[in-house]
Amino acid sequence: MTSNTVPHDAALHDAPLRFHVPEPASRPGGQPDFSNVVIPEAGSVRKPPVDVAPDEIRDLAYSIIRVLDSEGKAVGPWAPDLSNEDLITGLRNMMTLRSFDARMQMAQRQGKTSFYMQHTGEEAVSSAFRIALSPGDMNFPTYRQAGLLIAGGYPLVDMMCQIYSNERDPLKGRQLPIMYSSREHGFFSISGNLTTQFVQAVGWAMASAIKGDTKIAAAWVGDGATAEPDFHAALVFASTYKAPVVLNVVNNQWAISTFQGIARGNSGTFAARGLGFGIPALRVDGNDYLAVYAVAQWAIERARRNLGPTLVEYVTYRAGAHSTSDDPSAYRPKAESDGWPLGDPLMRLKDHLIAIGAWSQERHTQTEAEILATVIAAQKEAESFGTLHSGGKPSDRDIFEGVYAEMPPHLRRQRQQIGV
Amino acid sequence: MSRMTMIEAIRSAMDVSMGRDDNVVVYGEDVGFFGGVFRCTHGLQQKYGVNRCFDAPISELGIVGTAVGMAAYGLRPCVEIQFADYMYPAYDQIVSEAARLRYRSAGDFTCPIVIRMPTGGGIFGGQTHSQSPEALFTHVSGLKTVVPSNPYDAKGLLIAAIEDPDPVIFLEPKRLYNGPFDGHHDRPVTPWSKHELGEVPDGHFALPLGKAAIRRAGSACTIVTYGTMVHVAEAVAQESGIDAEVIDLRTLVPLDLETIVASVSKTGRCMVLHEATLTSGFGAELAALVQEHCFYHLEAPVVRVAGWDTPYPHAQEWAYFPGPDRVGRALAELMESR
Repeated sequence: MTSNTVPHDAALHDAPLRFHVPEPASRPGGQPDFSNVVIPEAGSVRKPPVDVAPDEIRDLAYSIIRVLDSEGKAVGPWAPDLSNEDLITGLRNMMTLRSFDARMQMAQRQGKTSFYMQHTGEEAVSSAFRIALSPGDMNFPTYRQAGLLIAGGYPLVDMMCQIYSNERDPLKGRQLPIMYSSREHGFFSISGNLTTQFVQAVGWAMASAIKGDTKIAAAWVGDGATAEPDFHAALVFASTYKAPVVLNVVNNQWAISTFQGIARGNSGTFAARGLGFGIPALRVDGNDYLAVYAVAQWAIERARRNLGPTLVEYVTYRAGAHSTSDDPSAYRPKAESDGWPLGDPLMRLKDHLIAIGAWSQERHTQTEAEILATVIAAQKEAESFGTLHSGGKPSDRDIFEGVYAEMPPHLRRQRQQIGV
Repeated sequence: MSRMTMIEAIRSAMDVSMGRDDNVVVYGEDVGFFGGVFRCTHGLQQKYGVNRCFDAPISELGIVGTAVGMAAYGLRPCVEIQFADYMYPAYDQIVSEAARLRYRSAGDFTCPIVIRMPTGGGIFGGQTHSQSPEALFTHVSGLKTVVPSNPYDAKGLLIAAIEDPDPVIFLEPKRLYNGPFDGHHDRPVTPWSKHELGEVPDGHFALPLGKAAIRRAGSACTIVTYGTMVHVAEAVAQESGIDAEVIDLRTLVPLDLETIVASVSKTGRCMVLHEATLTSGFGAELAALVQEHCFYHLEAPVVRVAGWDTPYPHAQEWAYFPGPDRVGRALAELMESR
């Protein structure tokens, strides 16, 4: 009898295998360490034409496109053509989002709602991206892109009524706070289940192409949730059908308590996930309003010109807790946020505006007060329609409405049992 | 014996199992360093190392699929799905793979895994943090499905589940993690430290899968239930003065039919109660079994009380939850019915 086994190297064969679990650079009690985040000089990354062949820009998936330098100047080929007025609007949008977050976080602590999620440190991503879209384009967001709504002019009162699940809640009390939905504002209904929207965005974009429409889609996902199968399915379909979609990965370093290395593995970056699918991939400073806008504009133009999908990784940092149910001091150094090398997106845009003479500390302070007053007024109005545990509420009827277009008899019977 | 919350009892079950058997590994989203969003695995990584307790990428498919592979190798993975509502990406691995591996390989490969998941509502979690999907598992041949209602049972049943040779779905009613909940949401929360079933053995002990417990003996009617609703049923029996016998099933598959039949044969009236949606819920199975086995003893039709056939709403949580009012009214009707 002959064996088909190739003679093996005994030493290699007998060496025990080792199980590998990635570890973050530091933990509570340690010093913040972002030495693994290699940050190129602002303006140093080249800007290719939008019809570039994906394999010619593979290196961009491993770099970081940056526009604002340390002195607040906009430098390099990606510096976008935005007027001072556009930039001030951008700053105001981010300030509004931060102020909104602070008020709603406090409202949750006061028991006016069950849950809230802040955007602290990530305001530039959704706020700048929204400005690059056109009417009719559709976002498929996660729970941390309310900047899309605020920059798109969605009423703060409506957002708050949703958060309070009150009688004016556009979603009739059915959804968790912050799980907004507004077709009119290009904002697809948020799901509490992760990544489901990412592949749906590709489907929406495919439909737009099938119908010969001009609208494009934007998919959103966090670093951690890229591990879900929906993400990979989205990349396959987007690649195969050259769907007019921008595939956005917001890498804020933390998925609740899990650092991004657990989802990323050894691929180096999340942007690099696109390369195997032949999808051009860019990595951008997510705390740089100008860079985010420029990259969004580039990717959106590609989609609109039938050049297909683009994968964009926004390198940012979740400065706050994951949600009101989370306490990050249990899993990362307390001061880690201060050590984040890409700074605060609001301060960076503010510094830029001051550097170009379009803004001043005085105007900033004044604007801050003005925005706070606007947010407080909106909150007051929203609370006049009730909060989760007091005042006006959606009807118990709303439990049964909308499960189907037409209520089937068994639901009608159940509704009658509670007498509504 | 120690006073434990349900979280501590579940953690203790994993701790004891990991200490006794090197093949027991524990993983899931946020399960390693942090110890789980509900803290059920807190301290296990520190005690047993990252090879035995670790963080998983956010992929329920990946978590369950790798658990099947580990079990095929010979390990006993006890994995956590952060909320039962997040289980769906893993459903193919559960239904087509874990449940059938023993059968399709004629025992060549088996799948001794436990999939833990917090289930049920009562915490204002909205439609994606409140579901009770037990019927999606009881419908699948090859799976066992366990739903404990207290710390004592949670520990004994989880140890039994980990030691079981087949895949077990272990559903943890999250509203019970820190105390029994009788459905009176407007009353102060009571902790497990004041409940006799919060007294849990420190070491190893296993409760058999497939054995129900009678939580309250009674002669007027039988309430067959499990999980959170056990406490609602007990409260309603207490408050209504109706001498109901309350059966806590503890495991749905395998099912302790004998205890149900003996009770309903004695009382002649039966309510089936669960938080999950009504249509095609596990209550339908229970009602069918009761009429098959107790038909000539029944003095009234079997009544089902369950969650409405809608997604779990956020604001209207207490109008959705089958609480003491709804259960109480249905119980009174059951007693009047003939």
